[in-house]
Amino acid sequence: MARLLRGFSMRRALALAHAEVLHVVRDRATLVQLIVVPIVQLLVLANAATFAIHSSPIYVVDMDRSTASRAVTNRLQASDYFRLVGYSSSPGAANEAMLRGDVSLTLTIPHDFETQLVRTHTSVVHLDVNTEKGSAANIVQSYAVQILNAYAAELGAEIMPRESRTGRIVTVARDWYNPTLNYKHYMVPGILVALVTIVGTLITAQNIAREKEMGTLEQLNVTPITKAEFIAAKLMPFWVLGLVDLAAGLLVGYFVFGVPMHGDPFLLFFAAGVYLVVALAIGLWISTIVETQQQAMFVTFFLLMIYLLMSGLFTPIDSMPHWVQLASELNPVRHFVTIARAIIVKGAGLREIARPLGILAVYGVVVLTLAIRQYDKRSA
Amino acid sequence: MNALLGLLRKETLHILRDRRTLAVLILLPIVQVVLFGYTIRTDVKDVRLAIVDPTPDATTLGIRARFSATGTFRTVAVLHSASQLERLFQRDTAQVAIVFGPQFGETLARGDAAQVLVITDATEPNSGTGRQNYVNAVVQEYAAQLAPRRGDIRIETRVRSRFNPTRQSSNLFVPGLMAMVLTIVSALMTALSLTREKETGTMEALLASPLRPWQIIIGKVAPYVVIGFLSVIAVLVEARLIFHVPMRGSLTLLLFEGLLFILVSLSLGILISARTSSQRVAMMAAMLATMLPTLMLSGFVFPIESMPRALQLVSYIIPARWFVQVTRGIMLKGTGLAFLWPETLILGLMAVVLLVASARSFRIRLD
Amino acid sequence: MTDVAIDARELTRTFDTFTAVDHITFDVHAGEVFGFLGANGAGKTTAIRMLTGLLRPSGGSATVAGFDVATESESIKQVIGYMSQRFSLYDDLTVRENIELYAGIYGIPRAELRDRIARMLSQLGLEKSASDLVRSVPLGWKQKLAFSVALLHDPKVVFLDEPTSGVDPITRRQFWEMIYEAAHQGTTVLVTTHYMDEAEYCDRISIMVAGKIEALGTPAELKRNAGVSSVDDLFVKLARSA
Repeated sequence: MARLLRGFSMRRALALAHAEVLHVVRDRATLVQLIVVPIVQLLVLANAATFAIHSSPIYVVDMDRSTASRAVTNRLQASDYFRLVGYSSSPGAANEAMLRGDVSLTLTIPHDFETQLVRTHTSVVHLDVNTEKGSAANIVQSYAVQILNAYAAELGAEIMPRESRTGRIVTVARDWYNPTLNYKHYMVPGILVALVTIVGTLITAQNIAREKEMGTLEQLNVTPITKAEFIAAKLMPFWVLGLVDLAAGLLVGYFVFGVPMHGDPFLLFFAAGVYLVVALAIGLWISTIVETQQQAMFVTFFLLMIYLLMSGLFTPIDSMPHWVQLASELNPVRHFVTIARAIIVKGAGLREIARPLGILAVYGVVVLTLAIRQYDKRSA
Repeated sequence: MNALLGLLRKETLHILRDRRTLAVLILLPIVQVVLFGYTIRTDVKDVRLAIVDPTPDATTLGIRARFSATGTFRTVAVLHSASQLERLFQRDTAQVAIVFGPQFGETLARGDAAQVLVITDATEPNSGTGRQNYVNAVVQEYAAQLAPRRGDIRIETRVRSRFNPTRQSSNLFVPGLMAMVLTIVSALMTALSLTREKETGTMEALLASPLRPWQIIIGKVAPYVVIGFLSVIAVLVEARLIFHVPMRGSLTLLLFEGLLFILVSLSLGILISARTSSQRVAMMAAMLATMLPTLMLSGFVFPIESMPRALQLVSYIIPARWFVQVTRGIMLKGTGLAFLWPETLILGLMAVVLLVASARSFRIRLD
Repeated sequence: MTDVAIDARELTRTFDTFTAVDHITFDVHAGEVFGFLGANGAGKTTAIRMLTGLLRPSGGSATVAGFDVATESESIKQVIGYMSQRFSLYDDLTVRENIELYAGIYGIPRAELRDRIARMLSQLGLEKSASDLVRSVPLGWKQKLAFSVALLHDPKVVFLDEPTSGVDPITRRQFWEMIYEAAHQGTTVLVTTHYMDEAEYCDRISIMVAGKIEALGTPAELKRNAGVSSVDDLFVKLARSA
């Protein structure tokens, strides 16, 4: 590192950085990429990327047509989670609705439902869960079971008034950090990380590939500008832009989606500063192995896809197989996702994020060194 | 016809010579299947549990033993007071905490209600709810065993998972993945390759040649149709071998629907190239107009029903939405055209409209 | 300081099995205008890229302004100017911004900058276009501007790789006046060209054929030795025999 910084001239770096800012400001395609794309992504993705369940369509096949079966149906219908789209006494139509994918759940109440309840205090119902909806299916199922159990408990209390008081265990549930179970509070910080990553990596890779294509890079390579100066000048403007994008995204998140900021914003920006060095250095490294902008876009896209999917951004890392979890330790995006959620959603401080932040710092130094080594003013 | 063959040859050579792009094209579907297969999962497992037990006694120890016995929970901390919990959650060391009330066993023995507080990290609401339900079930089971109450009313639920009994997410994303791969190969690559010819000026040379416009289009896009088809087959084979994704319906029908979707995507690619002049702009337009909607609004990863009404409406005009529905129908449900004709019709209409529009946009450029 | 500006000894560059530059030996004196001639693909650009430190030589040695090409390429870059055949100023920056960029890179003192830019613009007759994007400047002006930028830091040696290709005859003449002016100030100029009439303007020329230097000397000498009346004829004769 020290060797790389020898003879570093701030003036040279600033002259190039200034030109870089002018490129960005004057090129409409880059501006669109930096401003429009991130905002559209944030707005659409925050709304689209949700596994939340509300008014999920269900079908009730009621073969019993009794007071009890109707009570169960009413319970389901009254809940916010479900919307009754069909009610019949035979399974034919229900099955078709299921095959068409119109319903997420079919509840079949057998003809002896009430009789059995009265006679044996136990009755059986059938739940057909449409699992093509993925993880939503588990949640839908658990909501339905909860409603049925609640009904049973109530019925029990009604039929058999408590005779002797025996001790009971009462569970009280608390949802920390996201009491309204709002998916946006989870997704927005993640999307912001994705945006900062894409801006940092893609723009850097593309920018240098473009200079290669146009021949201006060769012109710079015959000047006395040093590697460190060139890289500092290239990275500085995008580093700033990444932070600006983050700030804009946080504001949109706060004002449009009501995502609160529980932690210290300065800590977040500090961590983002460290993270951006990693993202930019990866972009720089990509630009050294490609010849054209198109290749830069493809390689970046490919790498980012792997990084983002393995970051726990959309789905929890804990659900992934063990080896994927281990591999994801090498993924800088994962660590910044952890940091961003810890600070924004949980209000964590420096002590709580020390580990991922430390890993990012190490990562930054390593990748930057590799990229600088790889970047050669002279071809072999 | 010879001219057309020459063009086809040229296009194939372009693709074969650009090694880096070719590598991405080949690796993309293969890597995507593995990635999505292993990462898009939401199972509740290996839950990190913190226990706050101010006065351990036989009952609390009994409940704690229950949790260890499930195999789903891993106890990361046993504390005497709740004050340390916040930090554990912020560090992501714990995901769930159970907090026993003081003198838990005594309270229970007195015949009073003893309280267990279940704190969940609900940052990700669904996993949070899932873990919470699991904890509740364990506690209630213990309670039921502790004091069986005669005459309790029970409604037993017999659950049947339709279409995906093992609830493997890989079964669900493979159809979406095919839409994704086809969008990248057909829409994006077509748009880029046509714009590149414009940028380098070779398009004018082609237009000045005796080739008819439709021949130029076919020459340019045919290789990508082939690559698209090969990718689909690669995805299917891999999904079968690694994740045992079923194929319950007709493969022929699936490939036919794939062809419809390829036509739709290709037309979109041609339309984009007609309206853009540089590869960078084409790339961005293709991302915004085809790839992002396919990823986000097709129901591939995120269920459409969970989206706001406005986005649900938007999803109707997204071809991938219908294609995903069709492929899931064929692969998971084994349904045929009897059920899938509306989606097929919509895809067909889209293909016709977009093909006409793209042919026209190409002709306009000629004049 | 030696009066040999460029000294190449058996300089060689191979790409895989192909030898682009094959053991070339020549020297260029300080203040000389040296013409580097050859057909497309003869190895001129490869040779220049090695001398400017853009490409590592595979064999032989060379010094530029006394610095070794293999080991001191960064020192060379302080004292050379370079203008490539691909136009290489930034299209989306204005004339002034391009000049300021390179002034910053070469560390030209800020105090001198205003005067220098003003002088350069007036010499080029570009005063009015200082704030125009380079994209909108006609090609001939762009080439002259690029040459001026390459001379901005008073380099000892300037490399011009086909500076006048695609330029009209009047601009070409003006361009050569600029080259003479620079040489008169003591700058060594190494220029490659396709135009054989331009070769006659050079103090000395070398003609490369298939990676080798086949002729080296003043234009008059070479013509006399080969018994031809123009450099053009000489060139054709050498190319045929190869």
